[in-house]
Amino acid sequence: MIRVVLPAPLRLLAGVDGEVQVAVASPVTVGGVLDALEARFPPLRGTIRDHASGRRRPFIRFFACGQDHSHVAPGAPLPDAVVEGAEPLLIIGAMAGG
Amino acid sequence: MSHVRLLVGTRKGAFVMTSDDARERWDIQGPHFAGWEVYHVKGSPVRPERLYASQTSGWFGQVIQRSDDGGATWQPVGNQFAYDGVAGTHQWYDGTQHPWEFKRVWHLEPSLDDPDTVYAGVEDAALFRSTDGGQSWQELPGLRNHGKGHLWQPGAGGMGLHTILLDPVHRGRMYIAISAAGVFRSDDSGASWRPVTRGLKSQYELPDPDAEVGHCVHRLALHRSRPDTLFMQKHWDVLRTDDGGGVWREVSGNLPSDFGFAIAVHAHEPDTVYVVPIKSDSEHFPPDGRLRVYRSRSGGTEWEALTAGLPQAHCYVNVLRGAMSVDSLPSCGVYFGTTGGQVYASADSGDTWTAIARDFPAVLSVEAQTLP
Repeated sequence: MIRVVLPAPLRLLAGVDGEVQVAVASPVTVGGVLDALEARFPPLRGTIRDHASGRRRPFIRFFACGQDHSHVAPGAPLPDAVVEGAEPLLIIGAMAGG
Repeated sequence: MSHVRLLVGTRKGAFVMTSDDARERWDIQGPHFAGWEVYHVKGSPVRPERLYASQTSGWFGQVIQRSDDGGATWQPVGNQFAYDGVAGTHQWYDGTQHPWEFKRVWHLEPSLDDPDTVYAGVEDAALFRSTDGGQSWQELPGLRNHGKGHLWQPGAGGMGLHTILLDPVHRGRMYIAISAAGVFRSDDSGASWRPVTRGLKSQYELPDPDAEVGHCVHRLALHRSRPDTLFMQKHWDVLRTDDGGGVWREVSGNLPSDFGFAIAVHAHEPDTVYVVPIKSDSEHFPPDGRLRVYRSRSGGTEWEALTAGLPQAHCYVNVLRGAMSVDSLPSCGVYFGTTGGQVYASADSGDTWTAIARDFPAVLSVEAQTLP
């Protein structure tokens, strides 16, 4: 199971408290994690990536194992520590003023 | 005993305020969707406990929420607004063509007949409809494709479809307005559209006196009993039409400024109209720092300032286009919210006002529901 930490507004929207876990087929990628997240929590559809383009929303960031994966291709494999459940994938609402 | 429910959308959440028919004491529930911009909340006229809310965020995009218990609990419904076919392009600030991109829902208008049918006015401007309680949305493409959609251009506040009026008498007739694009009418439930702009003047921005596209319409209002008469607050000018948009005439009269955003019609007097004049198109606050609602009881041209209970010095708030509404109790209640976070209420058609909320986030929308 892949551990995912959502930003607080999306935890509220998904109706969850704390980390969530989703099953993702290998190879585990950001795109695969998002597919699984949206399947399990339909209200998240369109909130992390745009409905029409499928692109990451501009103020969303992905971090894992201390590294920024926001600009990595969504089909690129995530680190082994995330795949093994030792580390979560962090979905962050980036600092953007206001 | 009748009561009133006010649905208030703000920059940082939604509030549901309720009062009995005296409208002196208000219970406040919220914020719902705290931290999110709530452009609009509106209830179904046929099932008033059914509410729809537009929740939006620069981080997380658009969410549509629905309540079936008058706002006590909410559930997210569908938020996929896909333009029909190839989205195409519209004019950009530099005159080039720019792809149509969905950004947010400005206005939700529940059907007059069916609680599961609701219309959504969105940015970039288009009209969508759901017939399953907001779970799925389909564009009514006849609006963007009426022939000159490619000439629509956003104003400073974006290119939002912000007003949807459903005609309660001529079923199938509806009006929409779009910032910096204009006003349009459909007589076939949104399938086909035509601009209804004759008489509108925007002389500096639109040298063509017959321009059909490009008028900056801020808000429309009508009275249920006389829907061929509409009132408009435009970027400049307050106007009315008496033939369903066939021709408009200016009724700004003695207003201290004919610029403003909000406009509303009294619940029982179709010739009684309210506006909140704002100074210029750049300062966006009341003239002289005095917050005054202006009321015309003659359908425009002659206006009186309503000031009792409103700040008459050092007031520099704005009242946005969606932030004024009326109830339909025997003594008509009038409500508006400000960008300073105040919600003002009058239980006597505007003669006297009370701040029923003083410290909300900036108010984006106010809708009044009169409940049995």
